[in-house]
Parts: sequence; C-alpha cells; structure tokens
Amino acid sequence: MLTHLQRLEAEAIHIFREVMAEFQKPVLLYSVGKDSSVLLHLARKAFAPGPVPFPLLHIDTGWKFREMIAFRDRMAAEHQLQLIVHTNETGRQNKVSPFSMDQATYTDIMKTQALRQALSQHQFDAAFGGARRDEEMSRAKERIYSFRDKNQRWDPRNQRPELWNLYNGHIHKGESIRVFPLSNWTELDIWQYIAQEQIAIPELYFVKPRPIVKRGQTLIMQDDDRMVLEEGEKVTEMKVRFRTLGCYPLTGAIESDADSLDKIIEELKATRRSERSDRLIDKDAQASMEKKKTEGYF
Amino acid sequence: MAEHATQDLLRFITCGSVDDGKSTLIGRLLHDADGLFDDVRKDINATNLAHITDGLQAEREQGITIDVAYRYFASSKRKFIIADVPGHEQYTRNMATGASTSDLAVILIDAQHGVQAQTRRHSFIVSLLGIRNVIVAINKLDLFGFDQARYKAIQQDYLQVAAQLEIPDIHFVPVSALHGDNIVNKSPNTPWFRGRTLLDYLERAHIDRSRNDKDFRFPVQWVNRPHADFRGYAGTIASGRIRKGDAIRVMPSGVISSIDSITTFDGELPQAEAGQAVTLTLNDKVDVSRGDMLVNTSSLAQMSDRLRARIVWLSPTPMNRDSDYLLKSTSQELRAWPEKIHHRIDVHTFAEQATDELQLNEIGLVDFGLHQPLVFDRYKKNRRTGAFILIDRMTNATVGAGLIEQPLATSPALAQRQAPEQAANNLHPQPPRISAAKRAEQKQQQPAVIWFTGLSGSGKSSIASALDELLTAHNKHSYLLDGDTMRQGLNRDLSFRESDRRENIRRIGEVAKLFSDAGLITLAAFISPFREDRQLVRELLPEGQFIEVFVDTPLEVCEQRDVKGLYAKARKGEIRQFTGISSPYEAPEKPDIHIRTEEMSVEDAARVVFEYLLNQVPFKKQ
Repeated sequence: MLTHLQRLEAEAIHIFREVMAEFQKPVLLYSVGKDSSVLLHLARKAFAPGPVPFPLLHIDTGWKFREMIAFRDRMAAEHQLQLIVHTNETGRQNKVSPFSMDQATYTDIMKTQALRQALSQHQFDAAFGGARRDEEMSRAKERIYSFRDKNQRWDPRNQRPELWNLYNGHIHKGESIRVFPLSNWTELDIWQYIAQEQIAIPELYFVKPRPIVKRGQTLIMQDDDRMVLEEGEKVTEMKVRFRTLGCYPLTGAIESDADSLDKIIEELKATRRSERSDRLIDKDAQASMEKKKTEGYF
Repeated sequence: MAEHATQDLLRFITCGSVDDGKSTLIGRLLHDADGLFDDVRKDINATNLAHITDGLQAEREQGITIDVAYRYFASSKRKFIIADVPGHEQYTRNMATGASTSDLAVILIDAQHGVQAQTRRHSFIVSLLGIRNVIVAINKLDLFGFDQARYKAIQQDYLQVAAQLEIPDIHFVPVSALHGDNIVNKSPNTPWFRGRTLLDYLERAHIDRSRNDKDFRFPVQWVNRPHADFRGYAGTIASGRIRKGDAIRVMPSGVISSIDSITTFDGELPQAEAGQAVTLTLNDKVDVSRGDMLVNTSSLAQMSDRLRARIVWLSPTPMNRDSDYLLKSTSQELRAWPEKIHHRIDVHTFAEQATDELQLNEIGLVDFGLHQPLVFDRYKKNRRTGAFILIDRMTNATVGAGLIEQPLATSPALAQRQAPEQAANNLHPQPPRISAAKRAEQKQQQPAVIWFTGLSGSGKSSIASALDELLTAHNKHSYLLDGDTMRQGLNRDLSFRESDRRENIRRIGEVAKLFSDAGLITLAAFISPFREDRQLVRELLPEGQFIEVFVDTPLEVCEQRDVKGLYAKARKGEIRQFTGISSPYEAPEKPDIHIRTEEMSVEDAARVVFEYLLNQVPFKKQ
C-alpha cells in the first residue's frame, strides 16, 4: 500500500510526463518558495536519470528577498538547470515599487504583465506552477490543466472536465495551458514531503533574528535600504520566520520558535492559520483571485 | 510526524443536495476532524457549518463553471480528499467527474424524504463509475427523535435500490450533520445503533484493489533517452506489480522481453506496484513508444479496433453517428466514431430507451469503430485501462467519458493489418503479360495522378475539367474522377462521416492506381481534407506519379460563391461534418503545385498544371 505522500508524488510525476509528451515547449514557473522547491524536486524525479527537459522561469520583480535570489542561482548551478529570469523592464525603468503605489497595480505590472511578457516572448505552450487547491476556498474547483486563450486569458466558462488521470492536452495554435501538479497537496503535505525528501529550501522559512519593522499589524523585514521608514517606525531585531516568500515589502513575517522542519510542522498543526493570511497581496479587496487570474496572474 | 507522514490516502465523493444537509455534513467533518484553519474556523458554529464549503458562492453567481470542488482534511488515521459536486444542474456530468477519481461514496439521504429519485441517480452513477464502497448517511434523524423505525425503513428502501446495482460494500449510519451525531463522535441519541461513526467507516474502509492484482499494466507515457546508453520507458503502473527479471509483452506489437531494471530518481527498485510512477528498461532492444502498453505475458489486455462502451455525455452538442472524435485512453490517442447507439439509460428508473443521439448529461451504450486497434481492459476489471475520454476535434473540448464494456469483433481491415503476410500469402495475382511501362509507351505519355485538393467550391473540378480539355487537345489520354460521380456509383454505400470519407478516398486512390497502370493521366478532384489520406494515395503509386495540387481559395470566398448551396445548409446545421464549417481541412504543407484561385482564372490555373507536367522529366523525354 502506498502512503499518501507516495500517491501524491506519483500523481505529480505522471502529470509532468504527460505534459512533456504532449506539448512542444513547456516551462517551469519557479518562484523560489517551498512549493516551487517541491515542484522542482518532482520534475527532477519525473525525468531521472535524464536532466529536467525544460527551463525554469523566474519572474523577478526586483523586490524579492536577496536571499531568494542567491538561493535561486545556487539551485540552478547545483542541478544544472536552464534558468530564465524575466523582469518587466518598462516597470523597472518607471521605478514601479510596492512602496510607491497600491499593491494591485504593482502586482499587475511587475508580476502579471511580466509573466505574460515572458511566456509570449518564449512561446511556451505549457507552464508548470506550484498552486494548490487548499490555498484558499476559491481554488477548490481548479483544474490541473488550466486553459489560456491566445491572449493568455483564463476563460472560467471554458475549462474542461478532468476524469480519471486522463488529461486533454489539445490546444489550438497560440493557446497555452498552466499546469498544477501540486493541486491535491495540502500545506502540511508540502512540509512533510520536504522533510521526507530533505529538499533544500531558503533559510527564510526558519526562525532567526531579523531586522523587522512593524507596520500596522504586519511585520516587514527591512531587506535593503530601499525601505524608507515612516514617522515613528523603527527597526528592531525580532525572532521571526516566513510562511510564504515573495516581494519582501509585501510579505509578513511571523514570530516563531521554529528553527527546524519538525518544529515548522508542529507549529503548522498547532497554529492553524491559513497561509494566505500572511500574504498581503491577497488582502487587497478589489483584486479578487478570479480577477487576477483572468488577467493572467497565477 | 513520522506517523502522520506514512498515512494512506482515501478519496471519496459526497452525493446529495444542499437541502439534504450535504454542505453541513462536509463542514462538520472538516470541523470536527480538525481539517480547518483557525481564521476560517473562527466564524463557524453549529448553525452555519455549511459556510465552510460555500467559498464558491460568489463565483457561481458570476457564472463560473464549477464541476467539482475538492476539499482536504486529515484525521489521526488517514488523509482524505473529498470530491464535492455542487448544484443540481450538470449533475450527472459533474458526478461522473468526481466519482472517476474516488474510491468510496458517501450518499446522503434526508430522513424527511427517504429514498428519492436523486438517491437512485447518485447510486447509479456511483455504481457505473466502479465505486464498490458506499456509506449511506441518513441525515436529520434528530427531527424524528432519532427514531430507529424511521432509520430501518429507509435502510430497507435503499437496499432495494442497491440490489439492482453493483455495490457490494454498503454501510449505513444514522446522523445529524447539524448537531454532529455519529459523524466523528458516537451519539448518545442512538443507543440502538451498533455500527460505527461516519469518520470511523471512512478511516477503516478497505478499498479492494485485488480485482486486477495479477494483471500488470504499464502504459508507456514517455520514452526517456538522456544518452545513448539508456533507453527507459516512463509511466505509472496502472495495475498489478512487476519485479526485475519478469517477462513482459509489448502490446499492440506482441513482442516479448523482460524487465532489466525498475529505475527511479532514488535508485533502482527490486519491484514496484500499482500507482507508482517509475521508468522501466528492458533486456532486449525492442521498438517501444508512447501509447504502447507493457503487460504480463500470462494475462494479456484486450486489443480491438471496435468496442462497446458506456458513455456519459459531457457536451451541450449531442453525440450522434455522423461525428468523429479523438479517443484518449491511457497514453493512447486515436480516432473513434460511434457505429451504433444501442440505448440511453434513465438514471432514475434504470430503464433503457432507444435513441439516435446522446444529449448532455445522458448515459448510453454505444459501439465504436476505431481507426487503429486500442489496447484496453474492461472497465469493470480495470478502472485505469478501461476508461477513456472523447475529444471534439474542432473545439478540442472534452465531450464524453467512456467506460469500456467489451471488445467487438475486429473489422476485416484490422485482421489484415495484424497478419499482413498471411493475408498477402493467400492472394496470387496473375502476373500481367503487358507491363505498365508498355501501356504508357503505347499512349506516348507518362501516366500520372493529378490530385486536386481544396475546400468545397474552391474550383477543383472546374480547373480539372479545363486541364482535361487541354490534355486531350494535346493528344494526351486523360480521365477525370470527381466527387459527385464517385459518390453516385462505386462509393454510394459510404456516408459523409469521417471514417467513410477516408474509405472514399482510399477507394478513389485504388481506382487512380489502376488507371495509372493502364497508362492514363488521371485527374482527381476531391476535397480530401486529411493529410494522412492524401499521403496514403501518394504511397499507393510509383514514386513521382502523384502530383498534389492545392486549390487554395479562402473559406469566405467559397462560402460566398456557394455554387451548390451547401455552405448555407451547413451553417444551418442541416449538413453535419461539412469541411471548413464543422469538420477540419488540413491544407497540404508542401503541395507540388499551389494555385491561389483569387489570383488567376480557371484557364490559367489549368495552364499552370499543364506546364508543370510538360516540365516533368518523364514528359520531356518524349
């Protein structure tokens, strides 16, 4: 009898291979976080003893934690992966920053637009992502193959039923799909699998004294000097870690004692806060997930 | 942690409507079995449990299609994935989708209403999709003071329904989802109930996978060739198990080999079992590719180019006998067409009704013809290798789900393919005394088949006629074959369905070959929409004798001309499978001659082909 992790692993590997067999030019969207780390590990498993047969794409907003960038480059070198880094140059030149504008606009320009630029520039017809159905209520219905039209738009009325493990990968010229091999994984599964497989993840997930600014209810790490303090704010050293990783100004830290995988898993079972509650980006009321998705955000 | 990580996984579907308390039941399971996060949980109390699963309400109002929503929770003994099928509309289609990946079904019955039409429908689909374990939760018993007689009566009614279906393993639980009785905790209100709680049944349910324990099935998904020294076949074991050294047979080719290694990222394994994704290497250099299936030599899979299957129709466009589909099963994909629709099944009465087509949400029994043999098992024996989906070739939509009942007698064409040598050995054509070359010489010309392909109304026949005239004027012996003439005579037994259209082209190809042997220049004007079919004709003929002329007229122009009024009819839906409108046209990638009719007259076009013929080496010789 297979364990639940073995079954989830086999399902993900099956999806990777199916896409590889049926699509012309796949790419793995690599965001450096824990889910991406698991995704990459599964891709390596799916095609062993051969190399990962497609490139990794990282959308770099220019505001990621410095440690994430270093980790990304180390992984690419260590596993001899082809890494494509894309930044929305227009956005960068116009100095688009999470400090200077509302989050919805920032996200649209530096993440959504950037991703669309990169996908169309390279003509990728299938993009693997690490999204899971347990991340939030509205994702519970998502398909494993998510279809995008010629303009990379997601048409909610035009998704295909998925029966058994039979995926319909037929697309017309110019259309593409996003693929989510981790659809059936929960956050706990991800951590248990990282522990079981000893998958490397950035240190940011483990607790350490870090320079923190308390802004509203959120703990923000001052990762570089581009973060300008507002009146009355000061940087204090706090023992924190991150539950998700993204742009440092938009990622809240949590106070914790978890300095090991076992402790993270224990903490996860005890605290029971959905991980998105720490992700500022999802709190922006105007930008519901569906809206972002129809526009091409993951 | 270690204990938690080695749990197994149970996937189940919940059947019932919101009115039966289904959302409340799921909410209660998630809530009491500790599957909820605090920030979701804080607003939940006994009276609004249903809200836990209502995260999709807003989307439903926006008209976003939700066929199945998946929920995740874990108890201390097992991990669970719930397939939650919302709403009444599209119910059959959605339930089939949710049930296809489930090992078990929880069927909810409202004690106020007892066994209803929907209970019969749920049970039928559950049984159809091969789920053998059912837990019937009889809900809202609190409204009857947990009356045992009420519970027993419903239980008896349900057993009568189940007797007509194939559900060998059924448990009943009296519950109140609202108050939590017998969901996770045993209720003090039902002292007469000797069974276990719903969660307890879910935790202990034994999913019998022994039905096909001995049938090793390995559909090859992807050939892994990182370097010259390694050739591995990647795939997921559909059923059975395999050990290093075991003999296997490759289907459909029939070649026998044995397992050299079971390779994974974590090293080689001595053996592997159903559900594992591995890479196999073989001891012999055999030709294996995606779509092949490795099976154990002692229990072969079925192989046929005709089969009978139960179909759940998923598309608003009905399935009918004029249509062709792509059939995907395991890693195989081939063209399939319905030969006969036996009946559809009323999911409430289980009665069979005669029909010509299957509508959305209908279930029917259908015979299919396939353009090449499929390797499969009966669905009842194997849910992985007995299932398929049907794909619309124009829209690419997934339009049907198939559960294979049985193979049907193989068509003569397959018999010939399977044993081409024997078939050929039994035929002894009389060697001709006069060779093709001799006949050509007598006519002072090189025979050729000029194949005009293009949309209906593109001008194929007009150009071919003009060329016929031109050749005759130059003392060449030619003959024109056109669609309508062939359809009225030799091919009048054929319809316009794709399979028949292919046969139409094949026969024309054979006729053209005979004419070529006779030394004639054959002009063939046929839509011939499929590249593969034109290639087939090319291969029938000696090298260089097939000349493909693409009569290229844009669809809008053909439709505007509409000489025969066919486009108008096709647009109205009066003609099905009309090339360009409801059936694809595959333009030649490298035609020998490309004629853009918008740029030249019929006479000029004929002249272009004529010049081409004159410039051909064999023509120059004379």
